[in-house]
Amino acid sequence: MLTKAKDVVCTFCGCLCDDIILTLDENRIVRVERACANGMGLFKNYNPDLLSPKIRGKEASWEKAIKEASEILSSAKYPLIYGLSSTSSEAQRVSVKLAEALGASIDSTSSVCHGPTGLAMQFVGEPTCTLGEIKNRADLLIFWGCNPIVSHSRHFARYSVMPKGRFVQDGRKGRKMVVIDVRLTQTARVADVFLQVKPGGDFELLVALKALVKGKSLDAVEAGGISTKVLQELVTDMKACRYGMIFFGMGLTMTKGRDLNVRELFSLVKELNDHTKFSALPMRGHGNVTGADQVMSWLCGYPFAVNFSKGYPRYGPGEFSVVDLLCNKETDALLVLASDPVAHLPSKAVDHIMEIPTIVIDPAESLSAKKATVYFPTAMYGVDCEGTAYRMDGVPLRLKAPMKGNRPSDEEVLEAILEGVRRC
Amino acid sequence: MLVIKGGQVYDPINGINGETKDIWIEGGKIVESLGHIPQDVTVIDALGMIVMPGGIDIHAHIAGSKVNTGRKLCPEDHYEHFRMAKGGLRSGVGFTVPTTFLTGYKYAEMGYTTVVEAASAPIVTRHTYEELEDMPILDKAILITLGNNELLMDRIAMGEMDEARDLVAWLLKSAGGYGVKVVNPGGVENWKWGGNVTSWDDEVKYFNLSPRKITKALIKIADELGLPHPVHLHGINLGLPGSDITTAEIIKDACGRLHLCHLQFLSYGKDKKGRMCSGGSYIANLVNEHPNVTLDVGQIVFGNATTMTSDGPLEYRIQKMTGHKWCNDDVECETGGGIVPLEYKITSLSSAIQWITGMELFLLVKDPWSIALTTDHPNAGPFFCYPQIIRLLMDRDYRNYFISLLPPRAFRGSVLKDLDREYSLYEIAIITRAAQAKILGLANKGHLGIGADADVSIYAPENFGKRQCICRFKHCRRALDFPSWVIKGGEVVVKDGVVLNEVPSVVFRVVPSHDESIKDKIREEFEKYYTISFDNYPVQEDYLKNTKEVICG
Repeated sequence: MLTKAKDVVCTFCGCLCDDIILTLDENRIVRVERACANGMGLFKNYNPDLLSPKIRGKEASWEKAIKEASEILSSAKYPLIYGLSSTSSEAQRVSVKLAEALGASIDSTSSVCHGPTGLAMQFVGEPTCTLGEIKNRADLLIFWGCNPIVSHSRHFARYSVMPKGRFVQDGRKGRKMVVIDVRLTQTARVADVFLQVKPGGDFELLVALKALVKGKSLDAVEAGGISTKVLQELVTDMKACRYGMIFFGMGLTMTKGRDLNVRELFSLVKELNDHTKFSALPMRGHGNVTGADQVMSWLCGYPFAVNFSKGYPRYGPGEFSVVDLLCNKETDALLVLASDPVAHLPSKAVDHIMEIPTIVIDPAESLSAKKATVYFPTAMYGVDCEGTAYRMDGVPLRLKAPMKGNRPSDEEVLEAILEGVRRC
Repeated sequence: MLVIKGGQVYDPINGINGETKDIWIEGGKIVESLGHIPQDVTVIDALGMIVMPGGIDIHAHIAGSKVNTGRKLCPEDHYEHFRMAKGGLRSGVGFTVPTTFLTGYKYAEMGYTTVVEAASAPIVTRHTYEELEDMPILDKAILITLGNNELLMDRIAMGEMDEARDLVAWLLKSAGGYGVKVVNPGGVENWKWGGNVTSWDDEVKYFNLSPRKITKALIKIADELGLPHPVHLHGINLGLPGSDITTAEIIKDACGRLHLCHLQFLSYGKDKKGRMCSGGSYIANLVNEHPNVTLDVGQIVFGNATTMTSDGPLEYRIQKMTGHKWCNDDVECETGGGIVPLEYKITSLSSAIQWITGMELFLLVKDPWSIALTTDHPNAGPFFCYPQIIRLLMDRDYRNYFISLLPPRAFRGSVLKDLDREYSLYEIAIITRAAQAKILGLANKGHLGIGADADVSIYAPENFGKRQCICRFKHCRRALDFPSWVIKGGEVVVKDGVVLNEVPSVVFRVVPSHDESIKDKIREEFEKYYTISFDNYPVQEDYLKNTKEVICG
C-alpha cells in the first residue's frame, strides 16, 4: 500500500528544504517530489534494512562490535572523534559526552570547510540574518566563491534569487544578482553581473571594496584582477540597495587567506551597515554542520577543534583540528561519526588513518567505513530516525522518520559505546 | 522525607521573617510537620542558618540561538574559566556566557533553582529547548519575542484584535513559551531597513503602526488571555540619555499589568546641557504611583559583560560606540538580535551613571514586591555577581565605600549619596525569591508554605563572602554567595557550596485557550513569508517532554 509523507526535511545540504513529499511502498521510497537531484539521491537509493556491523571487514554481532569499539577507544592515549555534520544534534550531543569521558579531541567537518568563518567571526563578529529575511527584503544578492546551483540547488528558488517576498514582490525582477568567482560557474552564468577575481585575489578585492565603501579613492587601476571602475559601480550598488546580502563559500574559506578573507568580508559588511542594511551568510554544506557548531558551542563553548584531555574543553584550531592531529600523527584511535575523511582529507592525513584503529558510524559503507576496524551501519537521520538539524542560518528543524527504522540510530550506538567505555 | 531543623526562615509570601521553624519535605513538596521526627528521616541541622526558598531569576539570557552565538563569539571569555568533569557532573567553560551545564551548576551553587530565559524568537525556540535539556537542576521558562512579529503587527494594524489575541495564544502554545516578551516594539522591524524608533508614536515602516499601539495591544491581550506573567517589556531608547522620558510615558499609559525589564537601562535622564545623568529617582517615584507596574533592575556589575539582545539597532549603536566585534541576526518575520562584548569600568563616567541609576531604583522603589534583582545576565554583568549586589543593598557602609570609588561627576543629579536604606534579609528574600515568583505567576515557587515546591537554599551567615570571587573586581564583597545546602524538588543538590548531583527539572509553559481556526487564517500568509513549512513550525512534543503547563485565567 502506498503512503505519503509531507513536509519532510531533506538533509543533503545546509538548505534543509522542509517541503519534500515522499511516497512510500512497503518501507521503500518510490517517489520523491520537490527535492533537487542531490536530495532525490539521498531518499531514493536508501535501503533501511538492518545490517550487521563489521569488525575488520567481517560481519559481527552488535555486542561484539560495541565491545571492540569501546576497547579501542579506552585503550587509546589520544583518541579523536571527527565528523558530526551529517547526523542529528541529539547524536552530536552524545559524541561530545563521549569525547569528555575519553579525554579525547573532537572536531567537526567545519574544520575543513567554514572553520575559518568561525575564526573570522571570533575576531570581528558576524552581521547576518535568517534566509526568510533575504526572501522578504534583499534586493542585492552577491554570491562569492560559491556555486549554489550545483551545491545547494534549491537555494535560489526557495530563499534567495527567485522567491517573491513581503517587500520584494517581483521576485527575480526585484533583485540584482552579482557573482564573484575565479571561474564562470553555472551560478555565474545566470547572474546579472559576473566579476572574475583572479585566483588568490579575494583578499585584495575585499580590501579595495572596503576602502571604496569608506569613500577613499584607489591609486590602483585594478584589484584582484577587476578594474577599479567596475568595483566603484559595485560599491555604488551596494550603498544604494535597500537590503544587501553576501553569500560566500569555500572559495573564500579554503583558499589563500582563509579566515583573513572572511574577516575582511565581515568587516566590509559591517561597514556597509553605516549606509544601508547588509548581511552575510556562509553557505554551509552538510545538512547539520551548523548543528555541529551549535552543539559544540553550547557544550564546549567553542564551535570546533576541542580537546578534553585536561577534563574540560580547550580550543585549538591548528592544534586540535582533524588535519593537524592526523598529519602530526598524534591521534592513535579515530572515531568517525557520519563523515568520510578517507575520501575527503589530504592524503597525508589519510595515510595516518590507515595506520591507526578506526571506528566508523555511518548509514552508508563509505570509503572510511570499508577501511574501519569497526563499522556500525546506522539509521539515516531524517529518513529512518528522528532528530534535530540546524539550517545554514541556524533555524532548527525537527527531522521526521518517514521510513520505519530497523537500524539503531547514531546516538544509540554512541550511548552504547559510552557505556562500554565506562565498563572498560 | 527530609527535615530542615532549627533554621531562621525567611519566607515573605507566608509572612515569616526570620523565625525559627522546621521545614518538612516529602515527595518534592513542602509538607505539614509530623510533630516528632521519625528515625528514618534525613535531618539537616540548620541551627543558626538562614533558610530561604530557592532563588528565582525572572530575566536572564541563558540558552538559545543568541546566547549560543555569544558563546561562540567570545573564546577569550572562556579560556580561564572552566570546570572539570567530575563525579558524574559535566565539564564546562565560560565567564559571562557559560556553557549549559556550567550555567545550571553555577546558579545552583548560588542557591538559585528557577531561571527564566528572557527572549527566544518562536521560530528558533526548538533550539532553546535543546539547550535547556542540557541545563540540569534549574526549573526554567521561556519568554517569546512578539513585539515585532509581522503576522501579529498586520492584525493589530487592521484592528483585528480577536485574531491578534488568538495568534498570541497560538504562538505561545506552538513555541512552548511562558510569556510575552516585547523588545523595542517596531524599532527592531525598522532596523531591518537600518532604522529604529525614538518615540512611542513613530511609524513602524510599512505597517501603519506605532510602538505605542503594539505595546498597548499586547498588554491588553496578555490580560485577556489571563497569562500568569504580564507583558515583559524592554521599551524604546534603551541606553540613551532621555530614555527616562519615554519610559515614564509608557508607565503612565499602560492600562493593565506590565513588567518592565532591566529598567536601569531605560532610566537615564538628560541634564540641561544634554549630558547623561541618572533618572533612577524619577522613574522609581513613578513606579511607586503605579501598582500595575513591576520591574527588574538589570543592575550593572563592574567588569566584563556580553551584551546580547533582540534589540538589533541598540547593538549596532554599541558597536559604533565601542568599536568591538559585533554580531547581528535578523530573524525572519519575528525579531532581530545583536551581540557586542564590553566592559563596565568603575572609572568610566557612563558606567558609573548606569550603576547609580540601578542602585537608585533598588533604594527608592518603596514596595519590594514590585522589584526583582537581576543583571539582565550577561548584559549588565554575570548572574553569579548577584551576591555582590545583595551585599551593596544590605550594607550601607560597603555601599558608601563603593560610591567613593566612582567618578564624582557621575553623581550629578543623583540622590544616591543621601540614601541610607539598607535591605533586610526579609526584603532580600522578596526581591530574589518571593516577588519574582509573584510577578511570574508561579504559585508553587518562591515560598515555603505547605504544597510549595521543595526548593530551599540554606546559608550560614559566617560563610558570606566565602566563595572565591572570580569577577576579579578587587572591591567585591558578597552576601548569600555560598549556600551550605541547596534542595531542589526535595533532593539535596548542593552541599557546602558545591553541586553534588543533578536532579530532574521542568520547563514551565502556558497553553492559553484560543480559537483553533487561527491556524487556517494564517497558514497562507505564513507560507508566503516564512521559509519553513507551516506544519513544521510548532515545537514538537519531542521537545516538550519535561514541560509543565501553568494554567491561565
